[in-house]
Amino acid sequence: MSRTDVVQLLYIVAFALFIYGLMGLTGPRTAVRGNRIAAVGMAIAVIATLLIPGMGNWGLIILGVAIGTAVGIPAARQVKMTAMPQMVALFNGVGGGAVALIAWVEFRHSGGYQDEATYVGIFSLFAAIVGSVSFWGSNIAFGKLQELIPGRPISIGSGQQFLNLGLLVVAVACAVAIVAGSDAEILMIVLLLAAAVLGNFVVLPIGGADMPVVISLLNAFTGLSAAATGVALNNTAMIVAGMIVGASGSILTNLMAQAMNRSIPAIVAGGFGGVVTTGGVGDDGVEKTVRSTSAADAAVQMAYANRVVIVPGYGMAVAQAQHAVREMTKLLEAKGIEVSYAIHPVAGRMPGHMNVLLAEADVPYEQLHEMDDANSEFPRTDVALVIGANDVTNPDARTKPDSPIYGMPILNVDDSHSVIVLKRSMNSGFAGIDNPLFYEDKTSMLFGDAKSSVSEITEELKAL
Amino acid sequence: MLLTNLAILVLAGFAGFLTISKVPNTLHTPLMSGTNAIHGIVVLGGIIVLGLGVDGFLNKFLLVIAIAFGTINVVGGFLVTDRMLEMFKSKPKPVEAGKDEPEQIEREAA
Repeated sequence: MSRTDVVQLLYIVAFALFIYGLMGLTGPRTAVRGNRIAAVGMAIAVIATLLIPGMGNWGLIILGVAIGTAVGIPAARQVKMTAMPQMVALFNGVGGGAVALIAWVEFRHSGGYQDEATYVGIFSLFAAIVGSVSFWGSNIAFGKLQELIPGRPISIGSGQQFLNLGLLVVAVACAVAIVAGSDAEILMIVLLLAAAVLGNFVVLPIGGADMPVVISLLNAFTGLSAAATGVALNNTAMIVAGMIVGASGSILTNLMAQAMNRSIPAIVAGGFGGVVTTGGVGDDGVEKTVRSTSAADAAVQMAYANRVVIVPGYGMAVAQAQHAVREMTKLLEAKGIEVSYAIHPVAGRMPGHMNVLLAEADVPYEQLHEMDDANSEFPRTDVALVIGANDVTNPDARTKPDSPIYGMPILNVDDSHSVIVLKRSMNSGFAGIDNPLFYEDKTSMLFGDAKSSVSEITEELKAL
Repeated sequence: MLLTNLAILVLAGFAGFLTISKVPNTLHTPLMSGTNAIHGIVVLGGIIVLGLGVDGFLNKFLLVIAIAFGTINVVGGFLVTDRMLEMFKSKPKPVEAGKDEPEQIEREAA
C-alpha cells in the first residue's frame, strides 16, 4: 500500500468520524461525545494531510498552526457564555477567510489556473467568492452582536438590492473572464473585493434579531466553499466535511428560521427591525403610561404568589444575572412557591442560549419549560417575571397583523395574573419594535440592570 | 477524477441532510457551533498548497494566515462547542426532583 493510499484511508476514517460525531450532536445525551469524536476525526485528517508525499515548508506550516492555536484556545476558553454567538460568528468568518486566501494563492501559483483543468478554476473561484462573502458577512454579524456597530438595519434604501446584485455580477464576471483564459491578477483582486463589499452589504441591512439565522446561513456557505476548495484540490476529506456542513447548515438555518416564524429570503432581504417605532404613543395617538415598581414591591408580590414563572431574555445574559436569578428562585422555593422558567426557542440571540446560561447557574433541567408547555401554564401563574426579554413576549405577534413580528410564536405572559418586567430602560427590543405588554394594567416595570434588580429583590425577599 | 469527486460531493450532501432531521431547539446553538468547527477542515487546503510548494513571499505569507485562520476555526470551534455542551451535562439534582436519568433525557429531547 502506497503512502497516498494510507492518506486516503485515513481520510475515510476522518470523514466517517465527522458524520458519526455529527449524528451524536443532534441528541442531548450523546452531544458531548459527538463533538469530541468529530474533533478526533479532524486530528486524523490533519495528520493524514501531513503524510502526503512531497510535503515541505514545515516551518511555515508549524508557524501557521501555532499562531492559530495561540489565538484560538484562549479565545474559546475565555469567552463568556453570553458572548458565545458572536464567537461562533468570528470562528465561522476566519474559516471563510482561509478559503478565500487559499483560492487567491492558487490563482497566483498556477498563473491564473493556466496549468490546471477548467473545473479547478471554476471551483476555486466559487470558493473565493463565497469564502470572501462569508468572511466579511460574519465579521459584520460579530460587530452587530458585540454592539461595535448598531444592531438595527443599516441600508442605503431601495437601491441596496440592485447594488448587491451589481456586486455579485462584477464578481462572477471576473470569475468568467479568468476561467475563459485571462491571467490578470487584477481580476482576482476585484473579484475578492467585490465579494468582500457584498458580504458587508448583505449583512448590514439585517436586523440584530435575525443574526442567529444569518450566522447559521454563513456557516453553511463556508461549508460549501470548503467543499469547493476540496474539489479544486482533489481532497476527499475537504469535500465530504465541507459538503456535510453545507447541507446540515442549510437545514439548521431553516429550523432556526421556522422557530422565529421568518423565511430565509425575507431575512436576507433585510430591513427587519426599526420598522414600527411608535415609542410610547399608541395607535390612537394617546400617550400610554407604564407603571414602574420597586424591588420591595416586586419581592412582596412574588412572596405571596403560589406560582412564579421566570421569562429570561437577552437582558439576563447581558447582565450575567443567571446566578442571581438562581439564588432568588431558591429563596422563593424555600417559601413553598412553585417556580419554573419559560424558555422561548429564540430567547437571547441564539436558540438554546438561555438553556446554556441557566444550566451554568445549576438550574435543574426539569424547571426549564419550552414554549408550548409554558404557554399552557401562564393562565395558572400568579407572577410572570420577565427578565430582559422583550420581543418574545410581544402580544403584537398574535394580534397585530401589520407588526413585523406578526405570526411569530410568543410566550403568552399576558395570560398570567400579573407581570413584572425587569428592563434597563423603555428602549425597544432587538427587533426595534414597541411592546404593548409594558402598557398593560397588570404589568409593572422594574427599571435597572437585570442583575442588580434581581439581587435587590433577593435582599428584600430575605428580609420578608 | 472530477466525476468521482462530484459523486462524493452529492452523497456527502445527502448524508448531511439526513443527519440533521430532528434536533431539539436546545441543541441548535451547539450544533451550529459544532458544524462550524468541522468546516475548519479548510486548514487542510492551506497545508496542502503550502506544503506541496509555492514560491514567493506573498504566497507563503497568505498561506500562513490561511492556516492560522483555519486552525482558529478548528481549535476554537471544537473547544467552544465542548464548553457549551458541558453545561448540559447532568449536575447533582435537587432532592425534590428525584427523577431518574431516562426521564430527564426525555425532557431534554422534548
